[in-house]
Amino acid sequence: MRRWVDAAVQLAAPAVLVVAVGIASRFVSNAHEIYFLNALVSVAIVVAVYVFIGNSGVLSFGQVSFVAVGAFAAGVLTIPLESKTGVLPQLYPLLRDHTIGNVASLLVAAAAGGVFALLVGMPLMRLSGLAAGIATFAVLEITHNVLREWTKIGPGATTLSLVPETTDALQATLGALVVIAAAFAYQRSRFGRRLRASREDPAAARGVGVNVHRERLWAFTASGALAGFAGGLLVHLLGSITTEQVYLELTFITLAMLVVGGLTSLWGAVVGALAVSALDSFLIESEQGVKIGVTIDTPQGTRLIFLGAIMALMLILRPQGITGGKEFRLPRWRG
Amino acid sequence: MSVLAAIDAQTLVDSVGLGAIYALMAVGIGLVFGVLRLVNFAYGQLVMAGAYTLAFTANWRVVWSLAACLIVVVALSLAMELAVFRPLRGASPAVMLVTTFAIAFVLQAVALLIDLRDNTLGEVATSVAPLNQAITLRGVEVRKITIVAVIVTVVVLALLALLLNRTRIGLHMRAASADFSTARLLGVRANRVIGLAVLLSGVLAAIVAVLLTVQLPFVQPDFALRETIVVLVGVVVGGIEKLWSATLGGFLIGFATGILNGALPTDQTVFLPSAVFALVILVLLLRPSGLFVWGRPAAERL
Repeated sequence: MRRWVDAAVQLAAPAVLVVAVGIASRFVSNAHEIYFLNALVSVAIVVAVYVFIGNSGVLSFGQVSFVAVGAFAAGVLTIPLESKTGVLPQLYPLLRDHTIGNVASLLVAAAAGGVFALLVGMPLMRLSGLAAGIATFAVLEITHNVLREWTKIGPGATTLSLVPETTDALQATLGALVVIAAAFAYQRSRFGRRLRASREDPAAARGVGVNVHRERLWAFTASGALAGFAGGLLVHLLGSITTEQVYLELTFITLAMLVVGGLTSLWGAVVGALAVSALDSFLIESEQGVKIGVTIDTPQGTRLIFLGAIMALMLILRPQGITGGKEFRLPRWRG
Repeated sequence: MSVLAAIDAQTLVDSVGLGAIYALMAVGIGLVFGVLRLVNFAYGQLVMAGAYTLAFTANWRVVWSLAACLIVVVALSLAMELAVFRPLRGASPAVMLVTTFAIAFVLQAVALLIDLRDNTLGEVATSVAPLNQAITLRGVEVRKITIVAVIVTVVVLALLALLLNRTRIGLHMRAASADFSTARLLGVRANRVIGLAVLLSGVLAAIVAVLLTVQLPFVQPDFALRETIVVLVGVVVGGIEKLWSATLGGFLIGFATGILNGALPTDQTVFLPSAVFALVILVLLLRPSGLFVWGRPAAERL
């Protein structure tokens, strides 16, 4: 009984937080709503990345490649037919002559991310440590390079625009919830437990018969599919996107969110994404002069300094992250 | 074959010069990694700070400009050790790496703020620009900077080899790189060894700043960022566990970048990054502990 309550609480806490952010976005002005929706999509991306990095303990700089693939797949496939031939004349006929609905595009994005991650992961999951970090970084570079230059599958170096902006408060919340639920189901499954065992002690896990390569590959694929899905949410939120927006900066900020929250828990991924998003939104606002009792008005350009400095300070003072890398649990009564 | 034919002496010379600079950066990153197990992503921002110092002191006498660059970069490097690396000692590699991302981020943002005081982006560092002139040797134009870069690199590497192999502190550094906790038990002073590694890596960053600004005098906040990423890739491909394999990896990736850029016509280079990084993945799969690391692979670090 106790176990089920604990599990329910572990899933409910991040879900409640996400729903609260979703509801809050309905009560603020249109200009501020975007911060909340951005935060929700960030949650989806960070949790997707967490599924691999958090459970396996292997650092990957490549997960944003799957966000990119998902974003461009969903984007290219949902541009209305009447404008598509005009803006993207060089597309393959299959992509040029078909347009699909919003939900279908998210599923295609997830499938594209998952298949790509599976193919990439098969050789790469044999690596660990810095070699894995650099090899996955190489995947990000290759993805960025191909998306930027190959105009038969996308917009190339130009902006992909006219994508329907369908990620509203409801979709952003539901999307983040779907990713959280999937991540939770994975980490409670036998696959997730085997992988987490290999994270704590690879040798011992091998000793009890865990195939570390295979378990990492499952997690990498699941993470890729969720990242693709999150990429779909992102492109439908922004309405237009370039390859630069799903490249180095997003990789760094996503990893930073994960580490700030706590690398090894779902709760940490959600808290980190929301905390860094909140901080960033606050700093953007305070560059324009914000009023909370006193007027805070920071000069232009100081936002990035504060953001970086607070992140560095946080990591130095509390390297295990805000949540300490532990799942949420209710305080226990001690009578 | 057309690619090979296009590699003329000119490209070869320029590529060696580029490889030499990358090798110096690789040494700077490898030295700190050796004693701290920390991949310093903010290394490029040290170089950037040096380049800005050169730009702002462009009308000073060259000697003073170079001295200012050295002082600023070494001071920043030591400040980084005191404020960031020291409290992080013993943290997980992911946390250390992400913290250096954050530091890189901060330094770049500060540079942007300083740079934009005159309302234009970018400053020009010209104090050592005359080195960019070329002299002709048997029909090959060799820029003076290429000769300087190669000589400086060889001298620096030789001095470093002397320091590491012939002095007591060098022995301590090698011991600390091999096994830090055992070295401490045997009386190696941790802070002194780490301090020296950080100091040397700062000096190297200052030298790199001077050499790079000669070729790329237009300094912006993201100066040396791309180079740092490429060098990090080279260092891991070469083998980060050993200073010499890391250095060789840095040289190799700089040399290869120079050759490929020089040899391929521009309309064929669009997918060049993909080819290069595919090759990086291949090398890592075949030799995960490094291209130049021989013998039994080191056990997985936990």
